[in-house]
This record gives sequence, C-alpha cells and structure tokens, in this order.
Amino acid sequence: MSQVLSHTWALTVSRMRLAMRNRAFLFFSLIMPIAFLFIYAGIFGRGRTQAVPYLLAEVLALTVMGSFWGLSVQLVTFREQGILRRFRVTPVGASAMLASSLVSNYFLTLPTIAVEFFLSRSVFHMAGLGNLLSIFVLVTIGTVTFASLGLIVASVTNTMQETQIINQIIWFVFLFISGATIPFPMLPSMVQAVAVFLPATYLVSGLQRAMIDHTNLPNLGMYLASLGGCALIAFVISAQLFRWEPESKAPRQAKLWAAAAVIPFLLLGVWETVNGDLRVHAMKNLQSIREPYSIERIDH
Amino acid sequence: MLTGATIEVVNLMKRYGSVEALRGVSFAVNEGEVFGLLGPNGAGKTSTVEILEGLRTPDSGSVSVCGLDPQTSGAEYKYIMGAALQATALPDKMRVAEALDLFGSFYPKRRGTEELLGRFGLVEKRSAFYSQLSGGQKQRLALAMALVNDPQVVFLDEPTAGLDPQVRREIYDIIEELKKEKKTILITTHYIEEAEKLCDRVAIVDHGQVIALGSPRELKQRSGSVTRITVRMTKPETNGALGKLEGVTECRAEADDYLLYSTRVPRTIVALVKHLEEQNNELVSLEISAPSLEDIFLELTGRRLRD
Repeated sequence: MSQVLSHTWALTVSRMRLAMRNRAFLFFSLIMPIAFLFIYAGIFGRGRTQAVPYLLAEVLALTVMGSFWGLSVQLVTFREQGILRRFRVTPVGASAMLASSLVSNYFLTLPTIAVEFFLSRSVFHMAGLGNLLSIFVLVTIGTVTFASLGLIVASVTNTMQETQIINQIIWFVFLFISGATIPFPMLPSMVQAVAVFLPATYLVSGLQRAMIDHTNLPNLGMYLASLGGCALIAFVISAQLFRWEPESKAPRQAKLWAAAAVIPFLLLGVWETVNGDLRVHAMKNLQSIREPYSIERIDH
Repeated sequence: MLTGATIEVVNLMKRYGSVEALRGVSFAVNEGEVFGLLGPNGAGKTSTVEILEGLRTPDSGSVSVCGLDPQTSGAEYKYIMGAALQATALPDKMRVAEALDLFGSFYPKRRGTEELLGRFGLVEKRSAFYSQLSGGQKQRLALAMALVNDPQVVFLDEPTAGLDPQVRREIYDIIEELKKEKKTILITTHYIEEAEKLCDRVAIVDHGQVIALGSPRELKQRSGSVTRITVRMTKPETNGALGKLEGVTECRAEADDYLLYSTRVPRTIVALVKHLEEQNNELVSLEISAPSLEDIFLELTGRRLRD
C-alpha cells in the first residue's frame, strides 16, 4: 500500500511538471476559466456586485467540470505513444497511474479556484465568501468526480479521436443543461427533467447554495455522497479496464461497465424528481442576482 | 524446468489472429551470459522477449526468470528485471534527469541518476527534453533506464535498430561494459554484427522457431567445413557454371560479387582459375573467409537476414 502511495506521488509530481509545460493545458485550465469569470461577471452581471456570488458559483463549477478533460486525455496520449508500456515493466500499477491523474489534476485546479475567488473580491467587489468549507469540499470531491468520469471515457475509448468526440458530447451536455451556463430555472421543464440525472447539475446547484445561502455540509450531504459514489465507481471501473498497450482494444462490454458510474445519479435523480427541492433552490439562487445584499458594502 | 538456468523458455506458442508468431520456442540462458535472439523482422523475437518481460501472455509453454514467473510474480519480478523496449517513448516534455529520477523512484534498490548520466554520456543532456534528443541519445537513455534498478536480468529489444553505424558502435561499447558486470542479458537483433560481437550464445529464430543455437563460433563450425570464397571478375558469369566447379556446394551472385561455398578450397580455386582462362575472363579480387552467421542463416533458411 505504501508502495502505491509513493508511486502515485512520484507520478503526480512528474505529471504536474509536464502539464505546466503544456501550453494547451495552461490555456484550458487557467486562462479560459478566468476569461469565463470576466465574461460572466463583467458582461452578464453588468458589474453589479450582488450578482457576483451566483456567477462565481457557475465559473467555479465550470472550472471543476473542466477536470473532465484534465489529465485523462494525457493518459490516452501516453497509451497511444507507447509511454504507458514503459511504465508497465516497472512496479507501477494501474491504480497509481490513474490516481496520479486525479491528484495532479486536483493540485493544478486549486490555484485557478483561488485566483477566481481573489478576482471576484478584488475586481468585482464580491461581498461575502459563502460557506468556504462547503465550497472547498464541493470543489475537492467535484474535481475528483469529473476527473474520474474523464478516466472512464479514456478507458473505454480506443483512440485519441474517439476520446475527443465522446468527451465533447458529454461536455456539451454538462455545459448547457446543468445550469453552469444557462440558469437552471430558464431551461425548458423537459430539459430540467433530464438535468436532474446529471452530476454537473448537482455540482452547480451545490456551489450556488454554498455561495449564496451559505449552505453547510450536512445539507449538501446527498449531493456530496452522489458525487463521491460516482467518483469511486468510476475509479474502480477505470482500474479494471486499464490498458497499457497501444494496440489493445477495450472489450465490447466495457462501455456498459462504464455506465455503472452514473448509478448514484440515477438514484439521486429519481429521488429529486419525486421529492426534491432542486428547482426551488435554483429559482431562489437566481433571484439573488436581483436582490440587494442584506449587508451593504461600502463602495469607495 | 529446474536446470538452474537464469532464463528458461520452454515450448512457447503465441498466435495473433491467423498469424502464428511463436511455434514452440525453447532456450535457456545461464547466469552472466549475453544471449542473442537473431532473426529477421517478424521472426518472433519481440514476442518472445515481451513474454519474458511480462507484457504478453503466451498461448502455451512456460517461461521462468530467476525462478520467477513474469506473469504472476508482480513487483518482486519487476525489481530484478530491466528492459529497453522496442516500441516505446517518454513524454516529449520530460527532461533526461527527471526520467531517471522518476523511474528510479519506483524501486527500493536503485542506481544514482548522476552515475547513470555519466556512464551513458548524457551529462550534458541532463536538462534536455526527451523530444530534443537524437535517436542515439534516446537509445542511451533507454539503456540507462533499463539499469536504473540495478537489475539481475536485462532485456534489450533491438537496442540499435534504426541507428547509424557509428552510433550503433557506441551502443555496442556500452553493452560490452555491461558484460563486465556479469549481468544476464538477452538481446534481440537482426544485425549479424551485433550478435557476433556481443553475444556469448545466439539462437537463430525464424518463423517462430529456434532453428539453430550455440556460440557464434560453434554455429559457424556447425556449417561443416564449408568456406566462403568471394570472387569478382571483369565480366559477369553464370551461377550455373561456377556452381559446378570442383568442391563448390553453393553459388550465389551478390551485387558484383559471387559467393562460392566450398568444401575443398584449393581445388575450387584451381578449377576457378582454369574456368576463367577458358572463358577469357579475369579475376579482379578473391577473398577466402570463414562463414559468418549471415552465411549460416542463409544456409539454414535459404534467405538473407535483411530480406
């Protein structure tokens, strides 16, 4: 076990270094989320201070969801170029290789999150910070979950091209029907009915509630448990389906296995449909944009 | 299985779809020996070595290395084994010293990065990205990485393939150095020169089978008392006439040369000179040499290695 941890750590450090040297990675994980913040808060928020927490929650969600691309794509490249097979003749196992994707991605995401908070305060004069503990836990579990979902796509696809196409499709679904771009209450009710089965929806909703209502951890328990459960299943399946060799193909039933990762959200979606309050919270949060804060900021 | 050999390969079979890559490969390598698998591309060398490295599973047959089964021994086996694979790479933006540090960190027993950099002539390239290295430098790094855990057994799969002759000789020098450390080394190659120069013993592999096995000297002796006579004439000749000369067992034309394999060299030369006089032809050059492994391969398979 300690071997797995030390291998994971060595790989994490190495992969973080590689990512920092990759311009495309820096652009997508740092520049783009911050650009989103300026577009959201500057244009959609029209510079109004009370709109910033809502919009920051969306930007945080987008940043966390970006882990979906993260380092799982790097792993496919490693496999295609025969890099993984070099690791295979060492004592490194699939779990250490996969875990290093999650951990390095997490450490690379945190600074972006911090910069987004800092800019929201300094440039857009956001008043409060929300429930920081809830936000931190949501960001942590969310980052691991979305990175795990990326790993599962990487483990069931055979080429970089296939990975990119499937990633794009899933990414667009996450982006547009989760509330991360178009506010949830503005989605048609049929789309909302689908959205309650998506992990992204709960990430967005959770972050908004923690930012705006200062919702504490126990009240986000269902969301966190589903995100965590999804991450765990996705990780275990990815490790089972892990392939080192460029020419080895994913077995046909692999895509079915992969679908198991969404089970927690099927359950949560059903529960939400029957007696959930997601819509109520979403509406309330959206209204926060228009309401003035109870504690007025003294603007200079 | 219990013959005390460091590497034991018994009756390996491997099939990829309709292609039979291995059709009963067997051999044993002793401790401290440099053993070569020599054969053309597609002969089954890489399949054999990748089974030994634990990268592939055989359809049947068995392998053991230092008494361990590469398939099932896990990390215990990885600790004592080093490998330079054929189709592999490192991330483009990984630096040379970083690669040695990273791979070294996976093992409880390891060689220092500085020592390896010095030994493999990579000190000046320590901060270079993998993508900036030449073919020869990449190969030297691959060899350094194969030794990072100070293994007992080293597998080198085509260590000089695609390198130009000068760089190839540099790699030979490095492998010669390793020989002095008494490591057990298995090399696959399709270069005769490499096998002759480096290996204590060689198994000639063709179509998934070992067709000859022994030291380079033994293999050459096994071809009987056949000697190669390489002749060049001012005018071209027909193979048929030369092949009928006294003592000649086989005749082949190769570029401007004719290779005569003879069991009775003096008689053949007398007959050759007489024949050329009759034909009004003249000798440009004549060379008598012991058969090389290339000749042995030709004799055994009827093909040249590089065909």
